[in-house]
Amino acid sequence: MMEKMIFGRFLPGDSPVHKLDPRSKLIFVFAFIIIVFLANNTVTYALLLAFTLLVVLVSRIRLYFLINGLKPVLFLMAFTFLLHIFMTREGAVVFEWKFITIYEEGLRQGIFISIRFLVLVFMTSILTLTTSPISITDGIEVLLNPLKAVKVPVHELALMMSISLRFIPTLMDETDKIMKAQMARGSDLSSGPIKDRIKAVVPLLVPLFVSAFKRAEDLATAMEVRGYRGGEGRTRYRKLKWDMSDTFALVLLGAMAVLLFFYRS
Amino acid sequence: MPEILSLNNVTFSYTPEEKRSRNAVENVSFSVQEGEWIAIVGHNGSGKSTIAKLMNGLLYPQQGDVRILREVLNEENLWESRSQMGMVFQNPDNQFVGATVQDDVAFALENNGVPFEEMVERVHAALEQVKMGNFLDHEPHHLSGGQKQRVAIAGALALKPKLLILDEATSMLDPQGRAEVLQTVQALRAETGLTVISITHDLEEAMLADRVLFMNDGKKFAEGSPDEIFALGDKLVEFGLDLPFAMKLSKLLQKEGVPLMGQHMTEEELVNDLWTSNFNK
Amino acid sequence: MDIKLQQVSYAYAQGTPFEKRALFDIDFEIPSHTYQAIIGHTGSGKSTILQHFNALLKPTSGEVHIGDRIVVAGKKAKDLKAVRQKVGIVFQFPEHQLFEETVLKDIMFGPMNFGVSEKEAEARARELVGLVSLPEDVLEKSPFDLSGGQMRRVAIAGVLAMEPEVIVLDEPTAGLDPRGQKEIMDMFYKLHQERGLTTILVTHSMEDAARYADNIVIMHEGKNVLRGTPQDIFKDVETLKNLRLEPPRIVRFQQKIEKMINTPFSKICLTEEELATEIARVLREERAES
Repeated sequence: MMEKMIFGRFLPGDSPVHKLDPRSKLIFVFAFIIIVFLANNTVTYALLLAFTLLVVLVSRIRLYFLINGLKPVLFLMAFTFLLHIFMTREGAVVFEWKFITIYEEGLRQGIFISIRFLVLVFMTSILTLTTSPISITDGIEVLLNPLKAVKVPVHELALMMSISLRFIPTLMDETDKIMKAQMARGSDLSSGPIKDRIKAVVPLLVPLFVSAFKRAEDLATAMEVRGYRGGEGRTRYRKLKWDMSDTFALVLLGAMAVLLFFYRS
Repeated sequence: MPEILSLNNVTFSYTPEEKRSRNAVENVSFSVQEGEWIAIVGHNGSGKSTIAKLMNGLLYPQQGDVRILREVLNEENLWESRSQMGMVFQNPDNQFVGATVQDDVAFALENNGVPFEEMVERVHAALEQVKMGNFLDHEPHHLSGGQKQRVAIAGALALKPKLLILDEATSMLDPQGRAEVLQTVQALRAETGLTVISITHDLEEAMLADRVLFMNDGKKFAEGSPDEIFALGDKLVEFGLDLPFAMKLSKLLQKEGVPLMGQHMTEEELVNDLWTSNFNK
Repeated sequence: MDIKLQQVSYAYAQGTPFEKRALFDIDFEIPSHTYQAIIGHTGSGKSTILQHFNALLKPTSGEVHIGDRIVVAGKKAKDLKAVRQKVGIVFQFPEHQLFEETVLKDIMFGPMNFGVSEKEAEARARELVGLVSLPEDVLEKSPFDLSGGQMRRVAIAGVLAMEPEVIVLDEPTAGLDPRGQKEIMDMFYKLHQERGLTTILVTHSMEDAARYADNIVIMHEGKNVLRGTPQDIFKDVETLKNLRLEPPRIVRFQQKIEKMINTPFSKICLTEEELATEIARVLREERAES
């Protein structure tokens, strides 16, 4: 089960993108999602696509993983593509067969929307593939720190996230083990009437919950014994380092935004 | 030798309102001196795990007191006292807080507000001590049980405590993991004179200790050197434990009429005795 | 019911960049009514192999014969449920699979999944509670109100209630104190002898393998490197050393004595009682000679 979860999973490496501070990557992706909507013609979409592929190249992530990331949204992409193909009736006729007419503008819009999906998926995938979940958490924690002034429990939220992340692989292994144990007792999640299959979830969920509560209890005890008393007076071991390459990445994005603004119609 | 920890006439019950229920720990007293290795043994339910929780203030006794470095453990000095002792628990996963090995070792240091440069130095030093220096960025689900427990030991050592408590730290490990952990603790004692209290039902672990405390049904049944405790023989088996292999074989041989002299805790002793008493005539 | 593995290989995450071979061309047979031990370090493939015995995992190449059923790599296998009833697996820390409101209901879960009537399942549960040394009043309790050792026995009863022909035990004594370990192992041995239950013990303990098994299979890095009776296996000290395995303490002690008196014993002893008797006998002979 665990083997199939490749989408969004961190792939360690030492490309320039891997080495960027998570804060710059988070800001970059966030801003990128906004400037994507600046594109509205062939030149701007081509620029967007080229820019994205450049980032992919620098990150040295294999295309296989990015294409896998497209799979969940493939249906949506295809749907909107076809919607434009058949609904947009402007420009010259490009294709005609029986009652199906495809116009040039429809084809253009269809391609544009597909590029938009593609660059959004690729860019966010690059974020999760080149940044470990814990770095992302660190980045979010530091970026949200100012919110402490308005009583947002930033430290507690970040600790909750980092502990949850640490336990995801462990919990997945455990789910697998419990599932196998119950299957060995004749429990069947994959065949039979729907009613039975839903009932078969109970022998999986109850033990998971029970064990999760025990874990939480044990962990809380261990944390207390190791001196945890909340965020007051705590120092930080994991430090983030912002350097020139981070500033450069954001400047690059800024330049891209300018170009798009300039070339859009 | 300064006293590191003591329990003095400690009685504790999980259900003090129920008059008829048995006390989990009944009138237990013992004292641990600096540099000693004490093993607390007993079957599951003998009170040994309750003692662990009493030792670090997770529970307070209804009667008697617990003293850390001669000061009675209470709510005022709780956190200060906890920084004097490191504890490793039974489940290797359920005490691993950090996303990576070095993050986990740093956890106690972060909690105690240790400055950054010093943290880095201590984390690396502690991991070297447990021979996990090459695993800094490893994630816990890629580690074996023995490795995780060694990281836990490093995490406990990072605060440079006077005392290390192992609460059934080897129960869930395979033989290799158990050997790794016990070797690590022995090496630490040799290098630093660390005081160790280990709570266990594994007699190999108990045999490594200087003194053994034998618990049964909440009471301290006996206290002495491993030799003295294992001399209790059948009482150990009756109370849910096991005898060392050499001892078991020695008893069987004597039953078969083979003349032997005295007790044998180790195989060497038994082999030598067999030779001198029998084969060397 | 025999179980046969023919040229079985298994790879996790086959076809992805994360593919990892866990078993390499495994060939062996588990005849009915025997007690087999599978020994190996963590990572040797023990857990992967045991999941093939009841078709939880299907081989990526080769065939697994479970009684009359044949599971072939690559071919879809339908209706494997019947196999799961015949081959019961007690996983490590089986107490983690308990979930029902009462112990009784949990023990009944297994057999009822295989079509056993409620009445019959309840009868089995009541009988098994005594077999696993639990008091009858435990049936009405919630499994989560019991101690760890008791929970484990409930879980074992739950598997035995399915009345399998073969039982697979994955480190059944993990985490138990010495008394608990002895009771569990003796209980399974008794079941094996009284009911002819084919028993497969997956373990780290050479001592347990020596004491209970008719045959031992040694796994190393996904391969089956050694196979035979305990006596055969323990004679091969060199190979065992290379695999970072040691013969049981009993055997090592016997070897010490043999070296000391420069005379081999007539057989390799597998239990302490056997060893004591042998040593006493050899002594009497020595004395008779001198």
